[in-house]
This record gives sequence, structure tokens and C-alpha cells, in this order.
Amino acid sequence: MKANKLFIAPAVACLAASLAAGTVQAKEVVVRIGHAGPLSGPAAAFGKDGENGARLAIEDANAKKLQIGGDSVKFELVSEDDQADPRTATTVAQRLTDAGVKGVVGHVTSGASVPAARIYENAGIPMITPSSTSPKLTQQGYKMTFRVIANDLQQGNALGKYAVEQLKATRIAVIDDRTAYGQGLADAFANAVKAAGGQVVGREFTNDKATDFMAILTKVRAANPDVVFYGGMDAQSGPLTRQMKQLGLTAKFLTGDGGCTGEMIKMAGDALSATTYCTQAGIPLDKMPGGTAFRTQFKQRYGSDIHVYAPYSYDATMALIEAMKVANSVEPTKYQPALKALNAQGVTGPLAFDQSGDIKGGAITVYNFSGGRWAPLQTLQ
Amino acid sequence: METLLQQTLNGLVAGSIYALVALGYTMVYGILGLINFAHGEIVMVGALVALQTILFLSSAVPGLPPLVLLLAGVVVAVPACMALGYLIERIGYRRLRNAPRLAPLITAIGVSFLLQTLAMIIWGREFHVFPQLIDTAPMQPVDGVVVSPMQIFTIVVAFTLMGGLMLLVNKSRLGRAMRATAENHRVAGLMGINANGVIAATFIIGSGLAALAGVLFASNYAIAHYSMGFTPGLKAFTAAVLGGIGNLPGAMVGGLVLGLVESFGAGYIEHLSFGFLNSSYQDIFAFMILGAVLIFRPSGLLGERVADRA
Repeated sequence: MKANKLFIAPAVACLAASLAAGTVQAKEVVVRIGHAGPLSGPAAAFGKDGENGARLAIEDANAKKLQIGGDSVKFELVSEDDQADPRTATTVAQRLTDAGVKGVVGHVTSGASVPAARIYENAGIPMITPSSTSPKLTQQGYKMTFRVIANDLQQGNALGKYAVEQLKATRIAVIDDRTAYGQGLADAFANAVKAAGGQVVGREFTNDKATDFMAILTKVRAANPDVVFYGGMDAQSGPLTRQMKQLGLTAKFLTGDGGCTGEMIKMAGDALSATTYCTQAGIPLDKMPGGTAFRTQFKQRYGSDIHVYAPYSYDATMALIEAMKVANSVEPTKYQPALKALNAQGVTGPLAFDQSGDIKGGAITVYNFSGGRWAPLQTLQ
Repeated sequence: METLLQQTLNGLVAGSIYALVALGYTMVYGILGLINFAHGEIVMVGALVALQTILFLSSAVPGLPPLVLLLAGVVVAVPACMALGYLIERIGYRRLRNAPRLAPLITAIGVSFLLQTLAMIIWGREFHVFPQLIDTAPMQPVDGVVVSPMQIFTIVVAFTLMGGLMLLVNKSRLGRAMRATAENHRVAGLMGINANGVIAATFIIGSGLAALAGVLFASNYAIAHYSMGFTPGLKAFTAAVLGGIGNLPGAMVGGLVLGLVESFGAGYIEHLSFGFLNSSYQDIFAFMILGAVLIFRPSGLLGERVADRA
């Protein structure tokens, strides 16, 4: 008995102490944030990069011991693999909503983001994609879809203006591969060229499986352009630049992010020169406001370098958390208006969204081929 | 005018590759009445085997002249494809020779999938750069018209091979046996012709031509890929039908006509339709021509030449 009494006394004291602490300290709630992207397959590096960025943001937020709505909040990352596949993406989106996530960072590829957006919209959960650039994503009229990177239309616009104003091109030929991406980019480019006072002297088309462009290039050559623009992927723009050279077509060559790859350098070989330009959505890490610090932190945490989109994924996660702080609620319906009206500073630049959920003033960087790689020339806002 | 000449040249280059591939379709059809849909994949295998050989040789023996490398690629790729063509016939089609016509046709589609998937496993999904071992730098024989040594080489090789094949079929013993087998392989057998051997030879010759077409295609466009055979295969089949399937000169004419029509289609459809159509109708234009030819000449430009099996 005695021994028992001795035992109970400290136990009661402990209980009392913890109850007392409970009245002083807010209770801790776990808030789950989803991340979805390809973690397997050819695009896996992009998905892993996004996941790492999001995890870093969540660890940073947890270190600050945030209080939201009177509770102390602990964020938790739920990461899912969508294999960059539209059908898997919808399954994954459903799984994330079932897991009760309060917000989603993703998806990474446009093909996955577009169908997944509908599921988050119906579930009333905000999604912020760090890297999907298809204009279609934010044209679906959804309230819950956001993106922190410039879209293809903004990219085409910026390139069109760049061609006329910086490259001083007056006669411009435009070719695209008739895919949603290529056509969207080329149309935006052609409109921007006309708006800036340039002249579109040729509008030709091919497809995303073609290898022979001699016929359309011969026609383009007859129009005597000083810039040729191609909307499409590297597997076509590589052979296309070779055939331009073969036909003695010396115009400058411009293309979007589909051709701004190492694969393009491999495919095009010696047909590339300093007058080959391409663009990427976003800005190079060194030019980001918080870029250098982020690189150091990322390297310390993961022991590897940033692939491409980790800073964007970090910012997307931070945008969600920031909106929760402003709204003082982790409930999606309550913090969605705060997200819409967000005005914060991220690693990549200012974070504010326009009516459709696109980032305001998304940056586009122009690169040219120099020293065997794509060298950043200029960042356009 | 320069543009017209340039488009003619573009069309001739593409067309002569189509013609080489079309010959394989038409030879098999002429003898067996079978559309060998796996033929396009032989083009792909030819290109990739040649690429593998060239890469291996250039790293094993650095400093070999480009022509030697290309020749070595061809010397390996052609027999490899001939063996492959023989195997496909022996394993896939021979047992089905007396089966209903649909059975070998479906088998051919299956073989095509099989080869493509195998190539994907061996060479991966990525695009490979095929080294351009013959110069592609433009020369200007006429002001405003450029032609590269590679293009001249393509046309010359294709025409030489076509001429050689015509000689083989019309003048040699094997050719006579082939023509006899095409008439009726059972009766040819009664006349002492080894019909199985002749059919195998047909597949072997067709596959060899396809391998060469693959190397020419890959060298011209500096690209090789596991699915690269599909489009030229389809175009060549179209060319064979256009010229009259089963008819050897027909396949050549069909290939060249198709190449030219495509080239002119891309170049002039906008003017011809007063800006209503554009180059995205390039392929449709080619198929419209095919449709028109088949309406007015149902058996193709030069006529079908298939033995009456009644």
C-alpha cells in the first residue's frame, strides 16, 4: 500500500501539471499539406525536386511554431506519386483529399495538373502548382487553382516582344507542332509580334512526330525572315535547326522552354549558335531575391543541388501557409480569399495572384546558346 | 522558280527513301498477297543497328574516316535486317500461309508492336543523334537552290538500288523464280521452284533495302528512335498503293510521286487554296491525291500486278 501511495503521488502531480500547462499552452493541431508530382518514370527528378522544396518550407514553418486560430500548428507533408500521368493524377488527387489535406502543392506537369484541378475544386482545397505552365490550367475558371510560375501565354508574349524590341526583328516566321503546348505558345508569340509592330511573314505547321521540315523551311526561306520561331519540343527543334542550316537559312532561331533543354543541344549539334535563343519560365537561381540563401539551405538539408523547380515549390508551400496565417484559419474555404489577395515576398520574387490564379508579373528568362550550354541573357517580367 | 526547284529536290530526297521502303511492301504483296506491316520497323532496326555499330567502332578505333564508319554501319545493319526479315517470315508468316488472309495481317501488326517494344527496351525511349557522316553543308549549283552531298548521295543510292532490283527481278534466275511464284506459288512448286526459298529470298531482299532506307533516313535527319519506323512505313505503304501494289516500278513511281506531292503540298497548298488551307494540311493533301488516284485508277498509277488466283 505504501509503495502504491508513493507511486500515485507523483503521478497526480504530473497530471495536474500537464492540465495546468494545457490551459496556458494552446493545443497542437496537425495540418496536412499535400504534394503531388512524378516520383517515378522519366520526369521523376522534377517530382522529387518539388517534394524537397515543399518539405523544406514545411520544416521552416514548423520551426517558427506558428499559432493559427489560437492553436499551435504543426504542418505535415503528404507526398504522392502521380507518375506525370493524367489518370494516375486524378487517383492521387482523390487520395490526397481523402487524407484531409488542407492545401496541395502540385501537380508538377501540366498533363497531370489539368485533370487533378477539378478534383481539388470539387473538394474545395486550394492547389498551387510550382511548375505546370499550360494556359489551360487557369482557364478552367476554378477558384482553387493557383500557380507560382509564368504560363505559356506569358512566355509567348514575352518572347514576341523580345524578338521585335530587343532582336530588332521585322520579318518573323512562326512554325508550330499543332499540339496544345506548341500552338498556344506560337499563337501568343505571333500576337505579341504583331502588337509590337513586327510582321509575321510565314505561318507554317508540322506535327510532334515529324523529322522532315525541308518543305516548310523552303517556303519559310522564300519569305526571307530574320527570325524563325518554333513552338514545340526539342525532338523536333533539333532536326529543324539542322535543316535550317542545311538550307542555308541563316535567320535567328527562337523557341520556348520545350527546346530549352540539354536534349536540344544534343539533337541540334553544330546547328546551334549564339543566334539560337530559348526561354524558360522563371528566373535563374542566382537572380532570385532569395536564391543564394535557398541554395545553401537546400544543399545543407539534402546534400544535393536544386534540379529546377524546388524554389517554386517552396514558395507555393509558403503561399499556402502565409494565407492561413493572414486568414487565421487552416480551413480551405476560410483562407482561400486570403490566398487570392496574397501579397508576400517569396524566394523567387513577389507572390501575388491575378484573377485567374496565375502569378502576377511571372518572370521569363531568355537564354542563348553560348559555350556549349544555354546561357541566361535577360529576365523579362 | 528557285523555290520550285528546291521543293522538287526536297520531294525527291524524301520520295526516294519512301520508294526504297515501298519496294519491300510491294514485293511481299506481289508474292503472298500479304501487307507486311512490320516492314516499317525493319527500317528502324536498320538505323539503330547501324548507329550502334558506328558508335562502337568510333570509340573502339578512333580516327576512322567517316565513310568507312558509315560503310561498316551498313555492312552490319543490312545482314542483321535480312536475318530479321527471314526470321519474321519463317516464324511468323510461313505457318499461316494457307490461313485466312486476316490471320497473317494481324500477325504482321503484332510483329510490328513486338519489334518496336524490343527496340524500346534495347535502345531506350530517348532520341539518338545519328552521326551525319556525309557532309550536309549546302552547295549552290543554281542561285537560290541548295543541295548537300548527303542529299545527292541519298538519291544516287536509292536509284542505284532500284535499278539493281529491277535487273535482279527481270534478268536473273532468282527473279524469274520470284515472278513465277508470284503467279501461283503451288504451280511454281510443281515446276521445280523452291517456293519457300523464293518467298524467304523476297523477305530478305526487302529487309535489306529497308535497312539501307533506314540508314539513309537517319543520316539525312540525324535522328534515330525506337518509333522512327512507323511514319515512313505508313508513307511507303501509301506509296505502294499509289503506284499499284504488287508492281515494282509502281512502288518506285509511287514513292517519288508521294514525296513530291508532300513537298509541293507543304509549299503551295496555301497559294492553291487562296490562303484557306495551310501546311498543317500537308498530310491530308497527300492522302487526297491518293484518294483521287484510287477513284480514277483503282489499281494505282501503274496498275496492280497480282496473279489471278481463281
